[in-house]
Amino acid sequence: MTRPVITVTHGVVGYDGRPVLRDVTLTVTAGEVVAVLGANGSGKSTLIRAVLGLVPLSAGTVTLFDRPLRRFRQWHRIGYVPQRLGAGSGVPATVREVVASGRLARRGVLRPPGAADRAAVAAALESVGLADRAGDPVATLSGGQQQRTLIARALAGQPELLVLDEPTAGVDAVSQEAFAGALHDFVGGGGTVLLVAHELGPLRPLISRAVVVHQGGICHDGAVPEPAGHHAEPDHDHVHPHGPDEPAGLWSS
Amino acid sequence: MELFQYPYMQRALIGALVIGLAAPALGIYLVQRRLALIGDGVGHVALTGVGAGLLLNRSPVLVAVIVATLGAITIELVRARGRTSGDLALALLFYGGIAGGVMLVGLSDSTSANLNAYLFGSLTTISSQDLTTIAVLGAAIGVTMLALRPALFAVCHDEEYARVSGLPVRTLNLLLAVATAVTVTIAMRAVGVLLISALMVVPVAAAQQVTRGFRSTMAAAMALGLFAAGSGVWVAANADTAPGASVVLMAIASFAVVAVLGAGWRVLRRRSATATAPSLEPHEVVLH
Repeated sequence: MTRPVITVTHGVVGYDGRPVLRDVTLTVTAGEVVAVLGANGSGKSTLIRAVLGLVPLSAGTVTLFDRPLRRFRQWHRIGYVPQRLGAGSGVPATVREVVASGRLARRGVLRPPGAADRAAVAAALESVGLADRAGDPVATLSGGQQQRTLIARALAGQPELLVLDEPTAGVDAVSQEAFAGALHDFVGGGGTVLLVAHELGPLRPLISRAVVVHQGGICHDGAVPEPAGHHAEPDHDHVHPHGPDEPAGLWSS
Repeated sequence: MELFQYPYMQRALIGALVIGLAAPALGIYLVQRRLALIGDGVGHVALTGVGAGLLLNRSPVLVAVIVATLGAITIELVRARGRTSGDLALALLFYGGIAGGVMLVGLSDSTSANLNAYLFGSLTTISSQDLTTIAVLGAAIGVTMLALRPALFAVCHDEEYARVSGLPVRTLNLLLAVATAVTVTIAMRAVGVLLISALMVVPVAAAQQVTRGFRSTMAAAMALGLFAAGSGVWVAANADTAPGASVVLMAIASFAVVAVLGAGWRVLRRRSATATAPSLEPHEVVLH
């Protein structure tokens, strides 16, 4: 019996009165690798941001590891990989320093890093193939390497659930492969993954289930649709084999 | 050097050194979060506190700490709300602060020389009681900023990630706001409200010309702040110049020197790098 890791029940999110997610219900159970697919502006990123509590729900509930989001405190069980590094700044930071931030959820604010923290950071850097760049400033890395830095940061916390927001968008082939390898190891170790993707690419074989978001609602929940990778193209005319009846052309909005 | 035999010069030097260390330790987080000039704004607000203190015959520095803290918390709340009208709200607060300060100082019986002491600093009039306040608060700021570096770095580097890490983001942000207010108020005695941001920002800007990581930037910025404070007071004592302005000019001079040295070093490094091994992967994105 697998237990639910993420449960969204009748979730509604609106920005300034404009609904972005309408009545979304989704369950992710332990060990699953769920890809959230959809066109630009479909609400797929909003869905995972709502799961993490980064945008408030105007109706419905989210539970993480059987706890209501509002009372959820075990953040070390979750590793979050944002779309890109924050706005950044002029102050340089090394790859190791950024990855070490991933230990804070486990260690807390006050405790200084110990040997276990350093070992976890080293292992995370190793798993994404950036061990040799650990001392370099993040700003000097390629886009793909920066993205790998972010997944290493999430892995350093040794989470049970990884939530990734378009991790492979605009990432070079080498980094995509490194990314897929790191994710493969994570899933092999029993981890659960929820990821938003534009294109699945080398991640395709890892995905156990796909959820297609369309105009703020879930229109498909099941096997990965074929042909993979076309869902996200903004001008792709999509007729979904499993989805509810809808006229072609809706996807091109 | 004979001047430093006088107790008032010793107090000036010690006060400047404490602020030279503490201001960049806080400033690095403000620079990282692109709020480099927030110290200026809080300084403007602190001036109203000075005016109120003079008018009410209370310690101007104490009232300034309270008013500046309230101002800094207001600024932080406006920032966290993320409204586009935020910078307008900040403008109202800043100019209201300085206008209120000038007006209240005028209403009190103090002279314009008194106002100048807070606008441009007055290191040589620091009493031993003032010095104790500066030393205790400065040490508290420095220790807090160093001890909480991983958490404050995470919050300033990527606030959303920090929230998903379960860090007390709001508390840490308010802590930074309060620390800014306290630093501004103690630095007010040294360099004045109009020059405060310089001590928080310029050493950081200089350090990051040559450093590669956050921790090394922090260490180098604190060292440069210490150097600027010490050499500035020394210059002021020997050339009979205004101490606050001398400290800031020394900081800017060290920025210029480090920037030139850093540029030269990078050119040399690039030459040797291209001579030995070409870069394996081209950069796709350069973060600014």
